[in-house]
Amino acid sequence: MSGMTPLELTGDERARRSRVLMKGNEAIAEAAIQAGCDAYFGYPITPQAELLEWMARRMPEEGRVFVQAESELGAINMALGAAACGARVLVSSSSPGISLMAEAMSYMAGSGTPMVLVNVMRAGPGLGGIGPSQSDYFQATKGHGHGDYRVPVLAPASIAEAMALMADAFELAERYRSPVLVVLDGILGQAMEPVTLDFRNPPRLDNDWTLTGTGASDRPARVVKSIDLDPEALEARNLALQAKYAQISARETRWAGEALEDAQYLLVAYGTAARVAASALAWARARGLAVGLLRPITLWPFPSDELARLSVQVRGMLTVELSSGQMVEDVRLAVAGRCPVAFYGRMGGMVPTPDEVGVALADLIAKTEGSSSALGAAPLRPSSDTGGVQ
Amino acid sequence: MTLTIARPAVVRPARLIYEKPAILVDRATHYCPGCGHGVVQRLVAEVLEELDLAPRTIAVAPVGCAVFIYDYLDVDFIEAPHGRAPAVATGVRRVRPEAFVLTYQGDGDLAAIGTAEIVHAAARGEHITAIFVNNGIYGMTGGQMAPTTLLGQKTTSSPAGRDAALTGYPIRITEMLASLPGVAYAARGTVADASSIGKLRAMIKRACQVQLEGTGFALVEALSNCPVGWGMTPATSLAHLAGPVVVAYPTGVIVDRGMIAHPAPDLGCPSPAHPED
Repeated sequence: MSGMTPLELTGDERARRSRVLMKGNEAIAEAAIQAGCDAYFGYPITPQAELLEWMARRMPEEGRVFVQAESELGAINMALGAAACGARVLVSSSSPGISLMAEAMSYMAGSGTPMVLVNVMRAGPGLGGIGPSQSDYFQATKGHGHGDYRVPVLAPASIAEAMALMADAFELAERYRSPVLVVLDGILGQAMEPVTLDFRNPPRLDNDWTLTGTGASDRPARVVKSIDLDPEALEARNLALQAKYAQISARETRWAGEALEDAQYLLVAYGTAARVAASALAWARARGLAVGLLRPITLWPFPSDELARLSVQVRGMLTVELSSGQMVEDVRLAVAGRCPVAFYGRMGGMVPTPDEVGVALADLIAKTEGSSSALGAAPLRPSSDTGGVQ
Repeated sequence: MTLTIARPAVVRPARLIYEKPAILVDRATHYCPGCGHGVVQRLVAEVLEELDLAPRTIAVAPVGCAVFIYDYLDVDFIEAPHGRAPAVATGVRRVRPEAFVLTYQGDGDLAAIGTAEIVHAAARGEHITAIFVNNGIYGMTGGQMAPTTLLGQKTTSSPAGRDAALTGYPIRITEMLASLPGVAYAARGTVADASSIGKLRAMIKRACQVQLEGTGFALVEALSNCPVGWGMTPATSLAHLAGPVVVAYPTGVIVDRGMIAHPAPDLGCPSPAHPED
């Protein structure tokens, strides 16, 4: 690296150059550091390796903890230990690595251990490929480890938003004593975008559960654990967890809307797919079509109420994903048959083009209206053989 | 209706020469009659007390028979997923430099599912004291074969006796770990008899001191018995422990690097300047 990076600048010079071009993985890493991350544990995997590399350089500079673990299992369990001691902990990986981390996620949910985990999603299944994907939606929102638990899932659609969400993720994790997932596809990890170096370091909460050694405050011993062999007691623990999840659902659901007021058709997409959908929306609006976009920012809790409200306003919805259709199941649950819900997606690291989304939208409109007249004289055709799923 | 047992008042003797460590919780354990875990846990409690480490101890509990160890040792504890205690302890160690960090694992936990975690915690030379209780069997789940099960030994998952042709050979993991430069201390003792228990206590104490000296990773393997899993009476199991088990797993200090931190052999390489620097 030649010369000073903007982050190495101070004072006026930094303020003057506070809008800089940063790569997603590196921007997220720096945002976590500025949000007060005490410890980072990771393992190399494409397409998130730059996040680990940024931490390898920056965390020691800040006098904080960086460990490259022997595996994703090692990394997440180091995080479990550090987080149980009250440290603000970040772990990152990509899809196959997240599968390995699923075990400890369940323990963290069960023992109420806060931690932020970034998944820079790549295409699967199996080793799959290293192209961008959203095929871990099921894993993020309904899967990972065993047991009745949920974790808040944040899905930024730009690098700037990802940076802002890092502080929010730590705050959510600590407030609700839960792991929090930040999911982004490989494009957001690898792309560079202009961002503002405007950071937030959430205040630390007082707590009575972290491990310090009994001598620190001469108190009874503390145990951070998830096991309880008494079914009645374990059910009570589960009920407490479910009450927490109900509270999170009520308070923390986030979404962004575009052109919703008069929308007759609705695009539903998150992350990079939402950026593509926004282009399709602009195309449709330019043709006088009343199309809106709802972009979930939290994938769990899912903005079901807003979708239910919109389902009686619009004539149809089109969900766009970099997957075979995962989030669309939640959209259909929220809509509950009140309007048609179509789907368009690409897999394997392929990204839908705005043209493809436009065609899928045109098809939905044609089916709903009973003709393609709404599209005018020249219905859009795909620029190539797309192979997308509908 | 609650059953209350009247306890006689404790009369403090005029000249007390032996008493229960204060951090050893006064309750019945869930261990089977004759099990060696109670002995090892008591030794750990004695040493933590003798070295005045209990107030700053953060310990990591395993999965397996000792999963409830936090019910018996009155120090801060975290539960680790099966085999992951050394990784969990690494996280504790790195963010709490002032703490005394202890792991307690059995042989299924440490020598099977957790081999990657123990090897790499040792290779990093984490300043952790690892207590490894090896009874050659999965006790908690009903007495299945472990990587440490002796050849010919019958278990519920090797009913005809462990056959090397099918399942390979017992792992001497402490010797394997002792080969790593990050390991400052590695020793194996046994709970087979009073004299061995005394030696085991000295090993545990040394393994704790090594952490205080900051010279690297310290591990004590405690060969123990599992009368129920082995299908023996407690007395017979101890004789078996002192016999074939100790033959397969020789006791003694395997490595003690003294006060020298990481006496690394020639494992480095010249560090060329980064081309862009």
